[in-house]
Amino acid sequence: MDPFPGPARIPEDRINKFKRKDKTKKVKKASEMAQKQAARFDLLLPEDAGFLEGDEDEDTCTISQEDIADAVDITAGRGHVACIDWQSKQLMCEINVMESVNDVKWLHSEAMYAVAQKKWLYIYDSNGIELHCIRKFNDVLRMQFLPYHFLLATASATGFLQYLDVSVGKEVTAICTKTGRLDVMCQNPHNAIIHLGHHNGTVTLWSPNQKEALVKMLCHQGGVRSVTVDKTGTYMVTSGMDKKLKVYDIRTFKPLKSYFLPAGASCLSLSQRGLLSAATGDIVQVYRDVWSSPVTKPYMAHRVPRTVWGLHFCPFEDVLGVGHGDGFTSMLVPGAGEPNFDGLDANPFRSAKQRQEWEVKALLEKIQPELISLNPTELGQVDRASFAQRHQDRVQALGFDPLAKEKFIPKYKTKGRSSAGGVERRKKQVAYEDQRDVIKKTVETKMKMEKERKQKEQKATVFSSQRSALDRFKK
Amino acid sequence: MKVKVLSRNPDDYVRETKYDIQRVPRNYDPTLHPFEVCREYTQALNSTKLDRVFAKPFLASLDGHRDGVNCMAKHTSSLSTLLSGSCDGEVKVWNLTKHECVRTLQAHEGFVRGMVVRHCGTSFFTVGDDKTIKQWKMEAPGYGEEEEPLNTILGKTVFTGLDHHQKDAVFATCGQQVDIWDEQRSSPIRSFTWGVDSFSAVRFNPVETELLASCASDRSIVLYDMRESAPLKKVIMTMRSNTLCWNPMEAYHFTCSNEDYNLYTYDMRYLDRPMTVHMDHVSAVLDVDYSPTGKEFVSASFDKTVRIFPKENGHSREVYHTKRMQHVICVKWSADNKYILSGSDEMNIRLWKANASEKLGVLAPREKQASNYSQKLKEKFQHHPQIRRIARHRHLPKNIFHESKELRIMKEARRRKERNVRKHSKPGAVPVVSEKEKHVVTVVK
Repeated sequence: MDPFPGPARIPEDRINKFKRKDKTKKVKKASEMAQKQAARFDLLLPEDAGFLEGDEDEDTCTISQEDIADAVDITAGRGHVACIDWQSKQLMCEINVMESVNDVKWLHSEAMYAVAQKKWLYIYDSNGIELHCIRKFNDVLRMQFLPYHFLLATASATGFLQYLDVSVGKEVTAICTKTGRLDVMCQNPHNAIIHLGHHNGTVTLWSPNQKEALVKMLCHQGGVRSVTVDKTGTYMVTSGMDKKLKVYDIRTFKPLKSYFLPAGASCLSLSQRGLLSAATGDIVQVYRDVWSSPVTKPYMAHRVPRTVWGLHFCPFEDVLGVGHGDGFTSMLVPGAGEPNFDGLDANPFRSAKQRQEWEVKALLEKIQPELISLNPTELGQVDRASFAQRHQDRVQALGFDPLAKEKFIPKYKTKGRSSAGGVERRKKQVAYEDQRDVIKKTVETKMKMEKERKQKEQKATVFSSQRSALDRFKK
Repeated sequence: MKVKVLSRNPDDYVRETKYDIQRVPRNYDPTLHPFEVCREYTQALNSTKLDRVFAKPFLASLDGHRDGVNCMAKHTSSLSTLLSGSCDGEVKVWNLTKHECVRTLQAHEGFVRGMVVRHCGTSFFTVGDDKTIKQWKMEAPGYGEEEEPLNTILGKTVFTGLDHHQKDAVFATCGQQVDIWDEQRSSPIRSFTWGVDSFSAVRFNPVETELLASCASDRSIVLYDMRESAPLKKVIMTMRSNTLCWNPMEAYHFTCSNEDYNLYTYDMRYLDRPMTVHMDHVSAVLDVDYSPTGKEFVSASFDKTVRIFPKENGHSREVYHTKRMQHVICVKWSADNKYILSGSDEMNIRLWKANASEKLGVLAPREKQASNYSQKLKEKFQHHPQIRRIARHRHLPKNIFHESKELRIMKEARRRKERNVRKHSKPGAVPVVSEKEKHVVTVVK
């Protein structure tokens, strides 16, 4: 007698991770099966995330890096600003470009990186050889690489947001943002939208398909100092000159939390597991769970020798890289990185052959910039508008509606069983049922309209109760 | 304090020797794989384009007949054998793997009107313009022996079509009437007439093996039951049908090819309106054959093209044409669902692929997996306008392209006129007749 009959039970939280908001009923069964299988496979993931738990009275923020390093026996790698192979801690190349460098970004693989120098945009090989000097992109202050579109988005000091397709080598679009100097930039990894922060406290969202911003949000009362978005595209964290740190839900554009930092945060970075790192002056603080529960104290803190100018979490490691005036420091942050990577997407242990195969597949799957929009699943939705339009055209062309319900013609029964009265009775029955459906539908629509009207009235009363200075101009 | 920092042992993630396969750990978490709809759409677009790049359906041309090919017969048990009869009475047996003619025999004087292979596969029957039915052995005669038919039956009138029962030793011919013959007798065991003087084709139902259907010259299709003494019923259409073919999977569906450039799929039980009207040809449709899966059929037309239709769609999914192929008289879908054979009146039989971009031969398991995946993606995104546009695009010869445009303009004009007449007359005076009902005149029991 089997004590555990039936298929293995899958815990709720694991299956919720793989749930999709699929509105079509047709593929629901296959989709559910796929979700269950993926949730079951989760059990086989080899690694677990890191963690840091203090003892009874100990606060995690008081634990120093030396303590952690001693306990864990990992040596922090020393590196330079140029290129380091993180796994083997080898220096790949070190170059001196003789100019001030505003920003550096890796392109799709470790073979190329882009450097925004004082005048123009340069692209270098991993050996330090200059590959391209792109003069069209001048005065670039910040860059972001959109990996699945092979687009390098650059924000310039003159207020231009330009997109460069690095696989083809062409400029996709140049948008004149008309908002002044752009030096705060981040991307939303979920939908490839660029977030720009401005000195008047607004954050604007851009896609290469529109010449105007998609969304303009007023976030801070001073200038915006830093913006970052989490990898699921749900939360945006901004810090401003008004010394506030705000958390927004970027799907609904509503503010969630607002924290006061005594010295403000000049740089922000979010890790893959939702740890937020904020840097003020020469102190780097890491906070855990900024958006769900109110945070009172940081998870970890660390002081670096000089002022911090840049922060970034390493993708699949528990390491935070800090760039400061004296060089580079890597900080151990347990629980920051995603423990299980996917070998086919981003594999830190890939061989040269695997990298080549991956590069070819990625180029074949390169998404066209026309598909960048706020909702990345727009292509999967059912297009009812086009169907309605085509149906209308067809009705006009044919002269009648081919999808309309056909008139009920009662069957004529043989051997005298179909009398005139019987036929009329059957016809009336169907007519009554149809009428009932019609009445039900009209009643439903009427109720809906009544509800909406009531809601509108309520809103109007709420607004009218608030007196504003402009009321004296109302007639 | 308790602390754990992620540290991966490279030995767990890198292969031990270069003779091992690479290790690829997977994580199916959807947040690690963003843009799934866009990436799948791009993959579907690429596969659709590659489909068009690799669409090379023509395989071989079987050369050898000295007059136009009039009819073909599939061997019932051997996939590589094909029999064809030509307009000068010659019958050739072909080996399709070597594209060679294995055997030639002079069967009739005049046209070979019909051919069919017996269900056991050891002999085949032919009928011709010399009013004879001949039965031949399937094996070639030995050295020094003459080609002699196993059996010859002389009839009184010309026979125009032939078909054999699926299991019994019974076959049917049509000419001036539909006859049912027993193989041992030299006169028909039953004759069906219904006031028509000539029939063009007769077919046994492959599932309900006692039923037959035939196309008559009074624009009708007549249904018979072999066990009864009179025909069952008939449907009269607006124009004459050339041939018909029963669906091998659905017992009661058949498709007939008509002179008014269309094909009609009927349900045998409800003959008052066809289930589907298949419109795409620009000239009379001469032959039709179903795929063994029963989901698609192929049609041969006087307009020098061969079209493949899905059974429920009104339009074709594929069209095959060549500058060298003239009016296509007969067409067959091979029994392994992979090839289409077309015989035309310029004495050639052509071998085509049923799926134009399919890779023939044995596929490696990864190839098969990749092809299944891309097939599913194409199906998922088939309604998106860019993908539909690429998937539907076919090159047509100029005259057929212009002809089809002209036919569309004519149809549009007729429809517009009907709409205007309805608009300007009393409501209900001009009833709306659906396209399907327009082509059926009456059903007679």
